[in-house]
Amino acid sequence: MTLTPPIRAEYERDLPPFRDAPVERDVPLASRIWAQDWLRRLVIVLSLAAIWELAARLQANPLLLPTFGQTARAFVTGMQSGVLPERSWASIQVLLKGYALGAVLAFLLTSLAVSTRFGRDLLSTLTAMFNPLPAIALLPLALLWFGLGQNSLIFVLVHSVLWPLALSIFTGFQGVPGTLRMAGRNYGLRGWRLVVHILIPAALPSILSGLRIAWAFAWRTLIAAELVFGASSGRGGLGWYIYQSRNELYTDQVFAGLVMVILIGLLVENVVFATLERATVRKWGQQA
Amino acid sequence: MTMMQPLSVQQAALPDPLVRVQGVTLEYATPQKVVRATHRIDLDVHEGDRFILLGPSGCGKSTLLKAVAGFHAPTEGRILLDGTPVRGPGADRMVVFQEFDQLPPWKTVLGNVMFPLLASGRLPRAEARERARDCIARVGLSGFEDSHPHQLSGGMKQRVAIARALAMKPRVMLMDEPFAALDALTRRKMQDELLELWDLERMTLIFVTHSIEEALVVGNRIALLSPRPGRVRAEMNCHDWTLHSTGGADFQSAARRIHDMLFADLGEAPR
Repeated sequence: MTLTPPIRAEYERDLPPFRDAPVERDVPLASRIWAQDWLRRLVIVLSLAAIWELAARLQANPLLLPTFGQTARAFVTGMQSGVLPERSWASIQVLLKGYALGAVLAFLLTSLAVSTRFGRDLLSTLTAMFNPLPAIALLPLALLWFGLGQNSLIFVLVHSVLWPLALSIFTGFQGVPGTLRMAGRNYGLRGWRLVVHILIPAALPSILSGLRIAWAFAWRTLIAAELVFGASSGRGGLGWYIYQSRNELYTDQVFAGLVMVILIGLLVENVVFATLERATVRKWGQQA
Repeated sequence: MTMMQPLSVQQAALPDPLVRVQGVTLEYATPQKVVRATHRIDLDVHEGDRFILLGPSGCGKSTLLKAVAGFHAPTEGRILLDGTPVRGPGADRMVVFQEFDQLPPWKTVLGNVMFPLLASGRLPRAEARERARDCIARVGLSGFEDSHPHQLSGGMKQRVAIARALAMKPRVMLMDEPFAALDALTRRKMQDELLELWDLERMTLIFVTHSIEEALVVGNRIALLSPRPGRVRAEMNCHDWTLHSTGGADFQSAARRIHDMLFADLGEAPR
């Protein structure tokens, strides 16, 4: 038997303007407050601090694990005496030099890679070779070549920044829609002008994430290098501060140094990168 | 072969064509094979034409349009614009693509329309802004100058792309299935608006489509391409029809004729 749907009567209705319920209503206050990113993050940080405090008190050995309170005091003392800011600034200066140089090289390398096939082979071969190589492993060589100074640190920093960043930028460039490239060429853009006006802005989400990863790599490399090889050119950075404090068994200062590293990381992440993202890829709808 | 009118009689009086496609063969390489997309195509497009390239998918009509735009070099034959061979892409042949991502998302509507004017060094900034505003108004997007593309609907994005092309005052505007990604209602509206715009501007269009109805409505002349490799199966006139004639008997019979030609070539005749 074939199934035939029943035939029903037609109808038309005049719809009066809709007034039965409001078309929009406010989200409840509690949800709106909880929707704030900073609040949720603050809650996470505060809980972690509470767990730390509790664990340290139960352990009751400030040489191994100082409490949150002790660390905070050491941090404040360090800030007031000017030691912590000075050491941080020394680290950041080196870091920025290495980061900037690495970023410039990464852009040059990837621009070459998108414009020629040889450049592409060069980039993929070099990244395949050097990306897995830990920057710290190069430090002994760097010390040999550049001596005990900033230059050795900058060398390893460039190494730690260049390859992951180049890889991200190149992936970003390759992901640029063909239509957009053609539109750019249609305007008569070629070579570096196409890279600057089309490829870089279009690949910005990848570039930003690459810059972020590279920033974290650079930070880690720098602190580790300072920890292992100590002061360069007479004044040490944060890593050296941590190392020294440990030698003198000021564990609270070790923690204060670590907190400083974390704070700078948070600051850069939440202020610098978040602002950059808001002003660019989010505004342009390339990233939610 | 059916000819609509005795071409040879008219041809003596014709002016020089704006775009001349002469014996153009286009090939593209995949890793395994070299594929012939079109074979020795001859076409003349005159100033003010709304010239349609119509054919089944894979007949090389988009490839041919991209060759006119300068993105592909012909393996055989040549493409002339105002008598000069086309070498590479250029802003005298602005393209409106099908894809919505043709608009740089980091530029506002105004920025998008100004971009080619500035990038090609055609106008200084202030004049570019003025012309861009004017063109945005002509496609009915006034008030959206400061929106970013992701805030616009598909139809609005295509209008921005048209405004962008219009602002450059190109010799010929190349449209690669510009309305294919739109919903049916928006598509009809855009076809209508394009015709109104053409009425005002009298720009030369080369318009790629796979919709017979769109071809008949938008164009004044249709080149019908055969399946791969694309060859010209027929050229026919369709300047008489607008959106209002779609129901008429002669419109239907023209559509029928094209339909039969297309499907005869495909080796199947559905319905």
